[in-house]
Amino acid sequence: MSDGRLSVFKTYKLYVGGKFPRSESGRVYEVSDSKGRWLANAPQSSRKDARDAVVAARKAFGGWSGATAYNRGQILYRVAEMLEGRREQFVREVADAEGLSKSKAAAVVDAAVDRWVWYAGWTDKIGQVVGGANPVAGPFFNLSTPEPTGVVAVLAPQKSSFLGLVSVIAPVIATGNTAVVIASADAPLPALSLGEVLATSDLPGGVVNILSGKTAEIAAPLASHQDVNGIDLTGADAELAKELEIAAADNLKRVSRPSVSHHHPEKEAHSATRPQAVDGDDWSADPGTRRLTAFLETKTVWHPTGALGASGSSY
Amino acid sequence: MPTTAPAFADATASDSALRRFLHGLPGVDTVGLEARAASLGTRSIKTTAKAYAIDLAISMIDLTTLEGADTPGKVRALAAKAVNPDPTDRTTPRTAAVCVYPDMAATAVAALAGSGVKVASVATAFPAGRAALDVKLADVRDAVAAGADEIDMVIDRGAFLSGRYLKVYEEIVAVKAECGSARLKVIFETGELSTYDNIRRASWLGMLAGADFIKTSTGKVGTNATPANTLLMLEAVRDFREQTGVQIGVKPAGGIRTTKDAIKFLVLVNETAGEDWLDNHWFRFGASSLLNDLLMQRQKLSTGRYSGPDYVTVD
Repeated sequence: MSDGRLSVFKTYKLYVGGKFPRSESGRVYEVSDSKGRWLANAPQSSRKDARDAVVAARKAFGGWSGATAYNRGQILYRVAEMLEGRREQFVREVADAEGLSKSKAAAVVDAAVDRWVWYAGWTDKIGQVVGGANPVAGPFFNLSTPEPTGVVAVLAPQKSSFLGLVSVIAPVIATGNTAVVIASADAPLPALSLGEVLATSDLPGGVVNILSGKTAEIAAPLASHQDVNGIDLTGADAELAKELEIAAADNLKRVSRPSVSHHHPEKEAHSATRPQAVDGDDWSADPGTRRLTAFLETKTVWHPTGALGASGSSY
Repeated sequence: MPTTAPAFADATASDSALRRFLHGLPGVDTVGLEARAASLGTRSIKTTAKAYAIDLAISMIDLTTLEGADTPGKVRALAAKAVNPDPTDRTTPRTAAVCVYPDMAATAVAALAGSGVKVASVATAFPAGRAALDVKLADVRDAVAAGADEIDMVIDRGAFLSGRYLKVYEEIVAVKAECGSARLKVIFETGELSTYDNIRRASWLGMLAGADFIKTSTGKVGTNATPANTLLMLEAVRDFREQTGVQIGVKPAGGIRTTKDAIKFLVLVNETAGEDWLDNHWFRFGASSLLNDLLMQRQKLSTGRYSGPDYVTVD
């Protein structure tokens, strides 16, 4: 401080219902960089913060799922635009969080921006890929359309604090779900800053809610919560994932299991040294549509073509 | 039953005597009242005390539907809910009453026969109260004839605000005479009375005129029951019993939607009026959506997991 100016430290806060509250519990925990140096304090969320986030997500669901796919795509693209404008900040935070060089961190942030664009493009196309007219043996016009599952709890990956985070949030909301996201426990700062980007991207409040803290503490009430319709266990280790999946079965939540490894899953399954891997995913790879379809429900309607009237028309 | 407690017979002898009495009541310390209501609202009620408070609050609800769109079917559905609020848990207490418009009272009486749940009917040209006295009395007679156990009347706010207290008093006395054995709740519409001093005056006016209950509001204006105005009314019934030995009930109505709110009101009752009022014969909540929140909290306490709106009825 040779110039005599006092440092202005940032107070990292949660992002719930479009607002930036502190944890209801009043707790914070210390976040350090990859070398153990203190970076900032982050809020340590309690189960009540999780509950409040679910209420916010449920409230936002009607509007967000009812918005046109085109509109959702526009908003996701807007997130990419806003992120691009704050590139420097995220490069610094990702470099600190993951111990990357500045150039590598920049590549990660660029990939994350591109990922928003990728999913922005998918919003009005996924319906044609996984839905459509079905050929049936009868006088029916049979049509399937994908619909969002509802409120989805998302356990963000523990290691990839930003690219991984974006890669699990974007596909969930692209299809019209709303999300309660638990940030990486050790590296939550990029996630909490992402909340600030989402708040200025025309994304309605409550569509994405971001909580930081101990993953298991926040995830347990979300997994058993009767008003949560799906849970993405990407950030859970094998043991926690099992516990959460059991709790989630209670109200038949749709569960997306953490991937253990990308290569030779059949060999891994039989291996005694099966890795208890967190972040088995390669986040820089082409994401495909797996995460888009993980939280979709297919609705099929049977429309009798015989009932169309005297015109004799049939589809 | 004497309509005026003997101790205050002089006060109601003439318009000027009544005005002298009401304006002679001590002025309300607005800041002190709101601070006290707010500080009592910070009490932490947990575990067994919370379970007790939730059951007590459910048993105090006047489950209300006062819409132009009310149908006999809706009233019957509400009655069924009052008798059996949570079909998945038969230990849930019944609500105190169902509150409807006079033309729906007979439907409610038939649906609730033998259940112990009372039927309350609003009357006297609810909610504005802008009708001639004989029209109002006919309204009351109608509701009593239909079998209503309780009558919720509105005072003439126009007369009250222009200082014609005796007119308001005589109207309440006349309505009381029509009630027969039905208990009379007098609604002040506190949101239209402008000042806390007026609420205190209205409370005493209502009690002197023979109200069995004093009730904050109709639920049809912007400001409904608040902790502060309910605290003020609880002080009035406490003081009235001290001076006359007659106990009067209190009913906050409108705007109480969450369990947290309801428990705050119960704390106010216990700390102001005392335990004698912690009973649905002496304290009621006028509410509809509150019940669902209480049921969800009750389910949370009994199962340990957060419930959701899918597990309570849609009214």
